[in-house]
Amino acid sequence: MSVDTATVRRVARLARIAVTDDEAEAMRGELNAILGFVEQLDEVDVTGVEPMTSVTPMEMKKRADAVTDGARAEDIVANAPVTEDNFFVVPKVVE
Amino acid sequence: MSELTTLTIAEARAKLAAGETSAVELTNAYLAAIDAANEHLNAYVTVTAEKAREMASASDARRAKGEVGRLEGIPLGIKDLFATEGVHTQAASHILDGFKPRYESTVTANLWADGAVMLGKLNMDEFAMGSSNETSYYGPVKNPWRRKDSNMDLVPGGSSGGSAAAVAAWLCAGATATDTGGSIRQPAALTGTVGIKPTYGRCSRWGTVAFASSLDQAGPIARDVRDAAILLRSMASTDAKDTTSVDREVPDYEAAVGRSVKGLKIGIPREYRMDGMPAEIETLWQQGIDWLRAAGAEIVDVSLPHTKYALPAYYIVAPAEASSNLARYDGVRYGLRVPGKDVIDMYEQTRSAGFGREVKRRIMIGTYVLSAGYYDAYYLKAQKVRTLIKRDFEAVYASGVDALLTPATPSAAFGIADQDMASDPVKMYLNDVFTVTVNMAGLPGIAVPAGLSAEGTPLGLQLIGRPFDEETLFAAAHVIEQAAGRFQPAKWW
Repeated sequence: MSVDTATVRRVARLARIAVTDDEAEAMRGELNAILGFVEQLDEVDVTGVEPMTSVTPMEMKKRADAVTDGARAEDIVANAPVTEDNFFVVPKVVE
Repeated sequence: MSELTTLTIAEARAKLAAGETSAVELTNAYLAAIDAANEHLNAYVTVTAEKAREMASASDARRAKGEVGRLEGIPLGIKDLFATEGVHTQAASHILDGFKPRYESTVTANLWADGAVMLGKLNMDEFAMGSSNETSYYGPVKNPWRRKDSNMDLVPGGSSGGSAAAVAAWLCAGATATDTGGSIRQPAALTGTVGIKPTYGRCSRWGTVAFASSLDQAGPIARDVRDAAILLRSMASTDAKDTTSVDREVPDYEAAVGRSVKGLKIGIPREYRMDGMPAEIETLWQQGIDWLRAAGAEIVDVSLPHTKYALPAYYIVAPAEASSNLARYDGVRYGLRVPGKDVIDMYEQTRSAGFGREVKRRIMIGTYVLSAGYYDAYYLKAQKVRTLIKRDFEAVYASGVDALLTPATPSAAFGIADQDMASDPVKMYLNDVFTVTVNMAGLPGIAVPAGLSAEGTPLGLQLIGRPFDEETLFAAAHVIEQAAGRFQPAKWW
């Protein structure tokens, strides 16, 4: 499978990355090179093979349903570009 | 370079114990070395001199009271991927501009609890995506090694290029690193240092900036095998904050250094004999086989039939996980924000300006393979191939093989801004052809220096072990190290 520039633009939109026309064109070539490389997998017969979900056979650890952390609002917003009263500030979302 | 900075961790530990030096003296020697070298090598992205001196004084005070941790007073460099409280943590990316976490990663917290001293944060490929340390927002790291009769700047490998270069150039006693497809072992091989990626689950991933969560593992880069064993023991732990952290006691890895390999069965996977492999890599591999055989190991040919599919499968799985992990960089919670005409535009402008080219490329691939209609053809298929790759290893180990010996990289260090690599992303990806299988199967792997190329630059061998049998790797790597000797660059910086 190969991608065209329109697909690159659609994927860039999904990935929330702004791209210029020149960048989209350059990315098209690069993505097709990578997709061409991974096409080798078509040679592998995976009939009846389970997809890997965990590299080491282990049971998911579960912890007690108890509060172990919190009340750290200042720490959480400390690195944000714009905040107000321990809230993150973003451009207007709802008109 | 003062004499203190050339000591291994084991040697420094002995001198500290004998009262022949102090943590403060050792730390000052490293800070002076960094000060003189860093503008040439670019290994550190930030040096925490004041904090280092405070930590060293506190270490000396503890020692005076008889409290001596396993890494008491040992100055270390930390890859910029590990969260360090109040200290620059940016995964060498523009998008994390100014990020100083309010928490400490489990791996680094373990090191400080054992008495180690932090010298600063080490350069790396942006978000650990790269094999040459050229994708860093902070510019490439230079390899302390140069070719014979040449002044050309070489790459130190990546993504842990700063870690490997700093260890090789005596700018820290040892360094933390991480490995998603070869990012510890490839730079170790290219700089004549020792690097081990432990079994998935051995080191906590908590507080380490995520790239591909099912593949990422932390490990050390060190001057020799013993130092790598010492560091791994302190880095590894069981951590309730990482659900994939394993409930197993951390062994005394150092005790395995020097252990005999007599009677061990070492497998030589025939699929690693790639077409077009340089003759000197073949020769090096054969030399390693001879050394292990001479030490009493039994050498057996084995087959790992799905080897060639590991790299293409990796370039589906890793970007897919990366596209998900890196979705959090949205200009809202940390780092860079570029204003836009609305919230979506703000996200898009921020991510466009904040991520470098290789990172964008991988996010795009990941987004594409996970998008509606393609998930089964790419991601699901790759995860099935991954099962087959793991089964290959399981079959070999079930036949009684204790460890595998392979080359670590397909070549020695190449030049910075190499035209071939720059023009084709897949060429750069091939650097990890021998290492990536290990991440796909979650196994431990160690790279150990074994010789020099015709150009006079280091070459390494890789040993791959059974899950959680890092001890056999330390024992076998030590045999290679004893036979090959240690390799040090001629100082030009």
